[in-house]
Amino acid sequence: MPAIDVLFPLGISQYLIGGLFIGFAVSFLFATTGLIGGVSTFFTSTWSFVSKWSYFNRENFVSSRNWRIVYAAGLIIGAAIWMLTAGEAFQTTVSWWQLLLGGFIAGFGARLSNGCTSGHGICGIASLQVPSLLAVLIFLGAAMISANIVQLLGGV
Amino acid sequence: MSLPFLLSVLIAGALFGFGLSYATMIQPEVVLSFLRFEDFGLLWVLGSASLLTMLTYQLIPRLLKKPLVAPSFKAHAATLDRNTLVGAAIFGIGWGISGVCPGPALAGLGAGNWPMLLALAGIFAGAYVQGRLMK
Repeated sequence: MPAIDVLFPLGISQYLIGGLFIGFAVSFLFATTGLIGGVSTFFTSTWSFVSKWSYFNRENFVSSRNWRIVYAAGLIIGAAIWMLTAGEAFQTTVSWWQLLLGGFIAGFGARLSNGCTSGHGICGIASLQVPSLLAVLIFLGAAMISANIVQLLGGV
Repeated sequence: MSLPFLLSVLIAGALFGFGLSYATMIQPEVVLSFLRFEDFGLLWVLGSASLLTMLTYQLIPRLLKKPLVAPSFKAHAATLDRNTLVGAAIFGIGWGISGVCPGPALAGLGAGNWPMLLALAGIFAGAYVQGRLMK
């Protein structure tokens, strides 16, 4: 069907199956540990190991910092398993300044918002949290605007 | 934390990283092509992951009195305040510049996507500045 080809030129199976893996991952985490599987808090709680600043040493960060590191390590290991079995190594051609600047702004914003595409996105939508649903609409809209502006400015 | 607890977290993280890779979300180019309306596949990733999780978030607490290796289920508690919404807008701007969000930044490393180190450095730095601005 041509309409489908226009919307999804690379097909949909990889998106659908990959998404189900992600949903299974978050569900498995919940069933075994009761934890909500957001990723971005890792980038704040890990600072508590090296900074004495009171915010980084809040109870919720210090008490979760260990499992969050294990979770982050799991993400890396899982992608490595994918590379060695189903996929292949991949390196982005997105410019260094886009990665660094975009990373900085996204890191700041995700932590201010207390969630990113996993916490507000997958877990927030899954539990029908109104603040998360609003956050998702806002970050999708903002990202569409900035991605198109960056392209106009000559970014990858 | 017990070994079964940490192992469960590790397995969940690995499944997540595998799924992000399989879904090509560790390729910023694919994410950017979604944000530029060239390929709407990301909606399938977000949709299938969220719907499956919606089901299990409802079912699991009905089937199990407590999680298999922990005392209680945590609740997802987002608050509707200015920081949540302003932060989301700022996060979106950064996501649109790089095509990278926190999960794929980590997973990308495992698939040999070394430039993701730049994004990770940026995210850590952004989280640091955000934390330092808080009391």
